[in-house]
Amino acid sequence: MILDSLVTPFTANAFMVNALLAGVLVSIACGIVGTFVVLRGLAFIGDALAHGVLPGVAIAMLLGLPGMLGAAAGALGMIFGIGFITRRSNLSSDTAIGLLFVGMLALGVAIVSRSHAFSGDLVRILFGEILGIRASELVTQLLATLVIAALAVVCHRPFLLLCFSPEQAEVSGFPPRRYHAVMLLMIALTVVVSFRTVGTLLVFGMLLAPAASAALFSRKIITMVLSASGIGAGSVYAGLLASYHFNIAAGAAITLAASTVFFLLLALRQLAPGLGVPARGAAR
Amino acid sequence: MTAAAEARGLSVGYQGEAVVADIGFRLEPGQLLALVGSNGSGKTTLLKTIAGLLPPVAGAIEVFGGRPLSRPAEVAYMGQFHPSSFMLPLRVHDVVRMARFARRGLFGRLGAGDERAVQEAMAVMGVDKLSHAPLNALSGGQRQRVFLAQAFARDADLILLDEPAANLDGAARGIYRRHLRSLTEAGRSVVLATHDIDEAAECDRTMLLAHRVVAYGVSAEILTQKAILSTFGMVGKYQEGGIVIVEREHGHDGCQDH
Repeated sequence: MILDSLVTPFTANAFMVNALLAGVLVSIACGIVGTFVVLRGLAFIGDALAHGVLPGVAIAMLLGLPGMLGAAAGALGMIFGIGFITRRSNLSSDTAIGLLFVGMLALGVAIVSRSHAFSGDLVRILFGEILGIRASELVTQLLATLVIAALAVVCHRPFLLLCFSPEQAEVSGFPPRRYHAVMLLMIALTVVVSFRTVGTLLVFGMLLAPAASAALFSRKIITMVLSASGIGAGSVYAGLLASYHFNIAAGAAITLAASTVFFLLLALRQLAPGLGVPARGAAR
Repeated sequence: MTAAAEARGLSVGYQGEAVVADIGFRLEPGQLLALVGSNGSGKTTLLKTIAGLLPPVAGAIEVFGGRPLSRPAEVAYMGQFHPSSFMLPLRVHDVVRMARFARRGLFGRLGAGDERAVQEAMAVMGVDKLSHAPLNALSGGQRQRVFLAQAFARDADLILLDEPAANLDGAARGIYRRHLRSLTEAGRSVVLATHDIDEAAECDRTMLLAHRVVAYGVSAEILTQKAILSTFGMVGKYQEGGIVIVEREHGHDGCQDH
């Protein structure tokens, strides 16, 4: 009976299998990219990129172009905009990010609000449509995940140095600005290909929650990447099951599951400190 | 012979504003140069300019006859701050091993020679037994030893160290100073930023900084009472075992030996 409720939704419904596969691919991409987002403190820029794609998607829909194309344009616009404002205004990058974040979000909502036909689309953009994933979209997601994994493998040394100290990256022959840009492009790619699955709002949760959970107990970066991907995939499975049985929005259920894992692990670490990363000074 | 580092009419600073102007020095292979000054005197700014982390405001700086950063494998740098290192899931060995990336680039395989350099550097700084310990589980002094081991593991010909003795206990300071001397005897050059006059006195050359070059030359000749007063606003004198501060500038509380 219990086994039935855990397995049958996927064996009896092709759309659930597609949703699970898409979710696992999103989890792998988010596990890799989210690890660097958490370790480098890029959460705000991740959030801004996730929201900044909205006007791009809205304009693409208005012009009858693929939403993903618009999302890519929106994300690139955000990256260049943040760099431009930071260089030209003497403002800190978080102020530049915040300004673009609210500006792009407001622009997106303004465009969508002009057309009643878009009201349903807005919900889909923000919260995704994981239960409506087509096979062709799975292929796109797979390719994007492979690109992200390949970039992470190729750039693992500069990324590690960048997390440790941008100065060390620079003096080691890996220009930090170049590899920071690669990292931002990886975040953008993850957001762009994942927004159909879990939505622009919720992809941010998938970037942060599994990686933050993994950071609580990981002692190596590779462990953190694998754990984050695993926690994300588990959250997708649990979220889809909850969505199926309790008729709740799948994207929200997945992100809620991922967030719950973080708080459970945090509580577990408080109760049993030996399970987590040791506190400072423990090796004295 | 090509100098390890050479500055001519160099001004260092931030965003075009000079912190210290008109710096000139020539660091020969095997020399140990101390940059001495109080907080904010320009030591770190100069060290970062030599490392290539800051562009010169004016003048020229050359490292091994080329521009800074042109030979990353030959230059090791240890900064003062590692703001994000506390939460990184890295073990001591991982941190020290990063020193070898400059030699191997993006794709070069780290081999037995690299591992030997890592092990030797950890052993020198006494962190080999902590090899598998998470970085964020270490005390401040232990972390400083790890960062020093990372700088030494580069096996570089020029080593730039910013406040290297900070947080080190007496034993660790002794180990690190002996190792610096063995490096310079092997022909390596070292520039270190410090406000410790005793440490500077052990170096071949010293540059006293106080938003200007107060003095530059052989340490024993440079570390005079007058120069130290100009640098720190204090008066020092030689005693057996080092220099002690005996009077503050404008102080009227009498001369007191410490």
